[in-house]
Amino acid sequence: MKKIFFYISVLTVTISIVLNSCSKKLDEANAVYPLINPTRPDANAGTWKPILLASASEFPCAAPIATTSPDYILQLNEIKSFQDKITSQEKDLVNYWGAGAVLRWNEIMRELVAKHNVPPYQNPDGTYPAPNASNPLAYPLFPFSNPPYAARAYAYLSAAQYDACVAAYYYKSLYNRAAPFTVDATIQTLLPKSTLPSYPSEDAVVEGVSVEMLKLLFPGDQDFIDKKADEHKTARLISGANVRSDLDAGEALGRAIAAKFIARARGDRAGAAIGTQAQWTLFETDAIAKGEIPWYSQEGPKRPPMLPLFGKVKTWLFDSLTMVTSIRPGPPPLTGSAQFKAEVENVLDVQKHLTREQKAIATYWSDGVGTYTPPGHWNYIAATEFAKLNFSEARWARNMALVNMSLMDAAVACWDAKYFYFNPRPMQMNTEIKTDIGLPNFPAYISGHSTFSGAAATVLEYIVPNKPGYFIGMAAEASQSRIYGGIHYFSDCAKGLETGYKIGGYAVARGHTDGAE
Amino acid sequence: MSVVAGLMFLSQAAFAQTDIDGIMMQKNFFCVGPTVDKTSWKNYWEGTFKRDNANLGTVSSTAAMIMGNYGITDKLNVLFGLPYIKTKASAGNFKGQKGLQDLSLWVKWVAKEKMIGKGNLKGIVEGGYSTPVSKYYIDLMPLAIGMHSKTGSIRLMADYELGDWFATLSGTYMLRSNVTLDRDTYYTTEMHYTNEVKMPNANDFNFRIGYRSSTWIVEAIVDKFTTLGGFDITKNNMPFVSNKMDFTKLGLHVKYDTDFVNGLSFVADANTTVAGRNIGQSSSFGGGVFYILDFSKKKKEETKK
Repeated sequence: MKKIFFYISVLTVTISIVLNSCSKKLDEANAVYPLINPTRPDANAGTWKPILLASASEFPCAAPIATTSPDYILQLNEIKSFQDKITSQEKDLVNYWGAGAVLRWNEIMRELVAKHNVPPYQNPDGTYPAPNASNPLAYPLFPFSNPPYAARAYAYLSAAQYDACVAAYYYKSLYNRAAPFTVDATIQTLLPKSTLPSYPSEDAVVEGVSVEMLKLLFPGDQDFIDKKADEHKTARLISGANVRSDLDAGEALGRAIAAKFIARARGDRAGAAIGTQAQWTLFETDAIAKGEIPWYSQEGPKRPPMLPLFGKVKTWLFDSLTMVTSIRPGPPPLTGSAQFKAEVENVLDVQKHLTREQKAIATYWSDGVGTYTPPGHWNYIAATEFAKLNFSEARWARNMALVNMSLMDAAVACWDAKYFYFNPRPMQMNTEIKTDIGLPNFPAYISGHSTFSGAAATVLEYIVPNKPGYFIGMAAEASQSRIYGGIHYFSDCAKGLETGYKIGGYAVARGHTDGAE
Repeated sequence: MSVVAGLMFLSQAAFAQTDIDGIMMQKNFFCVGPTVDKTSWKNYWEGTFKRDNANLGTVSSTAAMIMGNYGITDKLNVLFGLPYIKTKASAGNFKGQKGLQDLSLWVKWVAKEKMIGKGNLKGIVEGGYSTPVSKYYIDLMPLAIGMHSKTGSIRLMADYELGDWFATLSGTYMLRSNVTLDRDTYYTTEMHYTNEVKMPNANDFNFRIGYRSSTWIVEAIVDKFTTLGGFDITKNNMPFVSNKMDFTKLGLHVKYDTDFVNGLSFVADANTTVAGRNIGQSSSFGGGVFYILDFSKKKKEETKK
């Protein structure tokens, strides 16, 4: 018996050694962003052209109290008392938020998108329930943040953040109140010292506007959003970068500006994008009337097409007439044509000879159910690049807004084309074609991935100066990945990229004239 | 070679030939052979919610496997197994996957043997290791052929034999290494910005009872596998490699040692899943042929004569 105990203890020790030697810790890319320390402080960002605001001063921000006032001294003491008993957890928070407010609130949005990007489960009768914004916690949870929903969410967040930054920087210059560490040299600064006036706080204006936009878009996640907001504000106080009145003023300004964006969102026709049974049927009968094979859902039970009227949603960078006349691509190969048959054959052929490398590419860009979607992928690519470039908070907001507005407009234009042509997917034409990555439940022409990628890559080529061709190369791969996935034809991808490039061009044109160059 | 844990969503090849039973190969004897099994399910548990899925239909996997057991001594055996697996969904657009899966190795050692009453009790200790042998694709659960995790296992087993009747109880603790996806972000219950996925460890309890003579083995099996961590598939979401995957299976194993060819045996297995979480409610059938090769000196000398 003793011997057995001996062996068991030897084994136990061996197990613990093995356990300790193969660490399971994950090294995550979002844990190592550099702290915001802008090469150019962009003190004049208050003069940049807002997106929706009539002017930087459309919403008021009251003059701050003097740095010599007793109230201000109390606020300095609040920072000191935080700093006196700072914990390691609080230091982590300071560094987390120190990487940038726009960066982090985009990251939070991506997480919420991924969480909610799940199609509803069917009813017992084979129909599907629709999420309801006014009852977001009942099944199916609101929202189903599919690619068009996500594209719109990122764009509203970013556009609102940008206008909020323009307003905040305007008031910074106007009031020119010094940062707490400048007023009182005994305040420690746990982050790189900003040379900008600290009232109102650019972090708080981004926090305030983001909280309101996120609550509109993800109304069931208010507790999570509020927790992040509290952490953000606390981190700013502890860091010594802002006093409470800097934060309060910034937050209030951000919230007021959000209201204008929320009003736009409520009237942008996205709420009606789901359509009705009569409208879904009309797409089908129209296609048949044109002599074409219409798209049919390949899901079981058959699911209504994803947001078929999203092509009617109000865009940011061009108007709806421009979209129809200058952006909407020409028709796909007719479903009866030899070219179409050849393209179906090509998809099957690629599937039959798919390499492991091609499968990896299909997966890398798949961004399907349970992910932050293709617009989220490009949002992440943009954030990764911007973090290397030492942008100011205002420039972060401006550049993210250009990328994300181009992505939403890409979604609108792409959905317009998809439902204008209502073209079937490869699997509908040949059931031998199978996928490793999942088949989206909407028509094929034009490829969403290609349109998104073409748009975002064009904007990133403009913003990121030292990598010519890099993003266009990525876009080409993202586009090609859909053929590797067996879910798109060559024409879908080629026309998608082309359309995306055009849309990106509109964002670049805006960049040339917004005063930030 | 039974605990190919990677297959939880698919097949759990429950071949009770080797590492999970109380039988030892004699010194310098090598038992080797192929097995084939087919596992399929239509219903599955999404978290605790049991459903079917018209986008999958019936998911099946066929595993062809080579396995072997060599007696270093009568009390120390080494075992190996390597399956080739092919999966298929009867409906929907998802592509079936195929490939060589994981090579598993076990060292099996009778640490203690003792007569208790009229029966013989064996205390067996085992160490196992498995590693993927191809770059198979894991991002399409439930059609993926495995988890692509390296595993290290430790097992304690008690085997009690009374005449031709026996019972075996074992407990296994399995460490599973992180796995890598072909993408650099993923969502579990939170967002992750890495291609690396932390895999939950697991434990397994296996009880088998039955008849064991020199020609026949017939046994009933209960197997309870539990992942220590992991998360549930949320409603109508895609399954993921690091999901919690638990199951309880009931199985039957039969082995017949032929008397017409010395060293030749046949096995047949069946099992069914009676409870589970984030796995298919599978049934599995299979069989195999084994042959014992004698590498002992005695044998060689005999051959010389």
